[in-house]
Amino acid sequence: MNSTGVIFRKELKSYFNSPIAYIVILAFLGVTHWLFFRTFFLANQSNLRPFFSLLPWIFLFLGPAITMRAWAEEKKLGTIEVLMTFPVREREAVLGKFLAAFLFLIITLCLTISLPLTVVFIGHPDPGPIWGGYLGACLLGGCYLAIGLFASSLTENQIVAFILAIVLCFALLVIGEDFVLFSMPAALVPICTYLGLGAHFESIGRGVIDLRDIIYYLSIISFFLFLNQLALESRKWRP
Amino acid sequence: MINVSHISKNYGNTRAVQDISFKVKQGEVLGFLGPNGAGKSTTIRMLTCFIPADTGSARIAGYDVKTHSIEIRRQIGYLPENNPLYMDMGVLEYLYFAAGMRAIPPGKHKDAVRRVVERCGLGPMAARTIGEISKGYRQRLGLAQALIHDPALLILDEPTIGLDPHQIIGMRNLIREIGREKTVVLSSHILPEVAATCDRVLIMNNGRIVGSGTPAELSAMARGGQEILVSIRAQQDSIETVLESLPFITAFKHVDECDGLHCYSLRAANNDDINERIFHAVVQNGWSLTELQRKTINLEEVFVDLTTSEAT
Repeated sequence: MNSTGVIFRKELKSYFNSPIAYIVILAFLGVTHWLFFRTFFLANQSNLRPFFSLLPWIFLFLGPAITMRAWAEEKKLGTIEVLMTFPVREREAVLGKFLAAFLFLIITLCLTISLPLTVVFIGHPDPGPIWGGYLGACLLGGCYLAIGLFASSLTENQIVAFILAIVLCFALLVIGEDFVLFSMPAALVPICTYLGLGAHFESIGRGVIDLRDIIYYLSIISFFLFLNQLALESRKWRP
Repeated sequence: MINVSHISKNYGNTRAVQDISFKVKQGEVLGFLGPNGAGKSTTIRMLTCFIPADTGSARIAGYDVKTHSIEIRRQIGYLPENNPLYMDMGVLEYLYFAAGMRAIPPGKHKDAVRRVVERCGLGPMAARTIGEISKGYRQRLGLAQALIHDPALLILDEPTIGLDPHQIIGMRNLIREIGREKTVVLSSHILPEVAATCDRVLIMNNGRIVGSGTPAELSAMARGGQEILVSIRAQQDSIETVLESLPFITAFKHVDECDGLHCYSLRAANNDDINERIFHAVVQNGWSLTELQRKTINLEEVFVDLTTSEAT
């Protein structure tokens, strides 16, 4: 487990060593603030609803941007050979990278504090949906990061990893949307509703913290981290 | 220390390594020599547990690479081919990272890093970012990373590739120095390098071991023996009758004749007193000997011999 911690620290440092992190954070904050305040004063409602309903779509770019280089660059530089010949198990390495990306995401989310502060300052919002919304955002973001890491482990090209991650996240997000469900065979509808990332986010966002939603998110994260581990181990498989 | 038996590795239809076996003793410096694509890196990657062998088994320090990969990786220091590094990391930061990954207790990180920085001469570059330092220093950094946990076995894949002659000499000296106390396996396609640094050499070609021995043995092995040049003053036919009758001479060739002085190139089986025997034969026949020179066949010739006969 010690190796997980070492990789976690190294990854987190490398996020903040590179200018990309700051650009990503600034872009994210700019877009969220703009989109939120554009309608906030018109709608005249003191809650964060518009912000949280935008997040799944904005995260679609933020998550993959955070994770795209995680494995792709290791593969491209060849450092993966150094990393994986250290006495470390694949799953420890995957977990270390995931936790670093996750903390980075949480830090980014913390920087949106100006939104709830504005809302609290101006009106009297219900705190439940705000806390719920942030918890849901962390869990949803975690899923995107796990998917992004998996995509990054499949290629040595960061751009490919980025786009592949967006496609996978997008697919998992819209699979539970009414628009998609409408065209599905009736038998698949409950499964797809359950699998869709969005529905669980909405229920947490209402301030209803249901254990089932949390289990759902943790399963998705574990599943993609496991796929990530398999992708790393695939070099050992027989052709 | 290392015991490899009959390992093979295929990449799709390419047979990278075919049924090779060898042993490395504690404290030995072993060199893999071979042209590019001979299977050296693949063999090394199998030893460092980066990829598994398709068939065969390998044991390092008593552990099997298949079942005890973590234990083996703890004991190995490894510098992969092309020395991959995180370019945006600091030199010291990288070494601290390696120390952490090698599970050195946190209290001892500082000492471990100081030791390898000193040993590999990285002092002047300590404050730099890896992307900023020269290739020679990067190579030293790769070696420092491999040495950070003071491993019993050091595996270096092409440690001097891409360095300038000065840096190559520095690197070789460093490896020789390390080889005095550790077991070292290195690969190279440069002959003098292996001859200069290794106790024993395995020559690889097309995924097989085509020759092995100490650099001196390999020279002797070339064309099955040693070559001796002699100049004798006597009748040519009587010299040749005598040479034919000598059992330790496997072949001879008339090279030159000048004023009744005949120069011959002799091929002889390996024998320490060969010069003496030739001298006696000359004396017995009442000839005079003006030159006797034992020619050592250099490693280049052996290498080209071994790796081209395989290809044809």
